[in-house]
Amino acid sequence: MATKKKSAATAWDRVKLARDAKRPHLKDFIALITEDFEELHGDRLVNDDRALIGGFATVDGVKMLILGHHKGATVEENMEANFGMVNPDGYRKAMRLGKLAEKFRLPIVTFVDTPGAYPGDTAEARGQAEAIAKSLEVFAGLKTPIVVVITGEGGSGGALAIAVGDKVLMMENAVYSVISPEGCAGILWRDGKEAPAAAEALKITAADLARLGVIDEIVKEPAGGAQKNHAAAANNVKKAVLKALKELSSLPIEELMEKRYAKLMKMGRFN
Amino acid sequence: MGWFEKKAVKAEIPPTKALWAVCPKCKSHMAKKKWKDNNSICPKCNYHGRLSARERIRQIADEGSFEEMFREISYSDHLDFHDATGDYKSKVEATIAKTGETESIVMGRATIGGHKVMLGVMDFSFMGGSLGTGTGERIAKACETALAEKRALVIFSASGGARMHEGILSLMQMAKTSAAIGKLKDAGLAYISVLTDPTTGGVSASFAMLGDINITEPKALIGFAGRRVIENTIHQKLPDDFQSAEYLEKHGFIDKIVERKDMKAFIAKMLGYFTANN
Ligand SMILES: [Zn+2]
Repeated sequence: MATKKKSAATAWDRVKLARDAKRPHLKDFIALITEDFEELHGDRLVNDDRALIGGFATVDGVKMLILGHHKGATVEENMEANFGMVNPDGYRKAMRLGKLAEKFRLPIVTFVDTPGAYPGDTAEARGQAEAIAKSLEVFAGLKTPIVVVITGEGGSGGALAIAVGDKVLMMENAVYSVISPEGCAGILWRDGKEAPAAAEALKITAADLARLGVIDEIVKEPAGGAQKNHAAAANNVKKAVLKALKELSSLPIEELMEKRYAKLMKMGRFN
Repeated sequence: MGWFEKKAVKAEIPPTKALWAVCPKCKSHMAKKKWKDNNSICPKCNYHGRLSARERIRQIADEGSFEEMFREISYSDHLDFHDATGDYKSKVEATIAKTGETESIVMGRATIGGHKVMLGVMDFSFMGGSLGTGTGERIAKACETALAEKRALVIFSASGGARMHEGILSLMQMAKTSAAIGKLKDAGLAYISVLTDPTTGGVSASFAMLGDINITEPKALIGFAGRRVIENTIHQKLPDDFQSAEYLEKHGFIDKIVERKDMKAFIAKMLGYFTANN
């Protein structure tokens, strides 16, 4: 599964790598790539969702807003972070902070790693569908550069809610899908154990997504996967993010907005 | 996670083969003719059942005003998708042959009470009203036309969510439609979203929840995740009215529940307010 032999890795291999508990998570990336990070809490309505973390950060002297799913690496962290499954409050916090970044002309970098939005009764009561929908509308219109990095699991609408941006980067072993392979297999194969076949059919790897025009760039991982060397993985992410930000920051804001809109309108239309 | 999972466990469609219909909400039996004669509304519990897109358009657009557009924009099989039961292309072609529709939303120019609109109506019988790339493209194109011709946008949703067979590109339609609708709203044009039974998953979590006003019909199912998925997550049975129109209204996500017989007049009235000084 070294980078040179990546054709040998199946989609299912990558699903397993993307979910590996030892893979670098949001807090690892923040620790490894920022000189400064100040977390800001709460949606100003009801809650501070721990599954979605945001704050101002400095990376190589560049000031920005970082938003990301917090999954955690230990059982305690997993519980605190609800396994990275965001409630409506988390998306509303992301929108609030996104608007702050827009107001103060700071770029936004998001880190995407979630099995999906939280499917709970309280999430429904507080409007999970509305929160995700509104996030999509808001992030499509924020007048500041947005770079998205899919670092692990890009789990459907819960991932997409913070994955609308000007440049979408994806780590080599990350996956991004409309439905989990298990969920898809349960419906279309009538057997959750067929998840590897579903993973293949759904085309969820970074290479697939680059070909489909959904992502802009694949970020290389150290041999064997990012879990083998957090520092090297984080360094690749840092370089790719800074390069993307530099490129985007040079565009006049109107041009940036037009390009973002055109990029979204092109999704699914190749001709 | 998956918003399709509920589809595997229940098909809330009154039986169409037999002479008898069963209300999926209150389970009362009635002659199929009675169900149809009552505009697919349960006489016992007032559940507003599903209508085809064509029937809905007949009831909402001013007579003779509907001018269909974008019929040539259909599905695309970018993934060359195959599952255990066959390939997507054959399935969707069979659906097209059976329904006579070429995507899960029928879109066109219309007037409603004299107001110029773009009217889109989803048809649940087209692959569960799922959000394909063609569906998203029709909505995006409708927004462009609405902007160019200064029309309001009215969409009736009926959908189980994203279309798995179109994979990630189906997911991307959530972002695409939300961005297009955001642009329309920013330009001061009205968007009325009518969430009909059922509107769930990727459709409720994108354009269907973004109306300047969101309205629905009595007892419609509206939600994000499927009931079974949620019950498995919280290890509890959910109350019967969970994710109903009434539940959504109570929690503040729906402006009004409108009876089918009043729907056209209500939309026309709202458009009257939206355009009075604008
Ligand atoms: Zn009934």
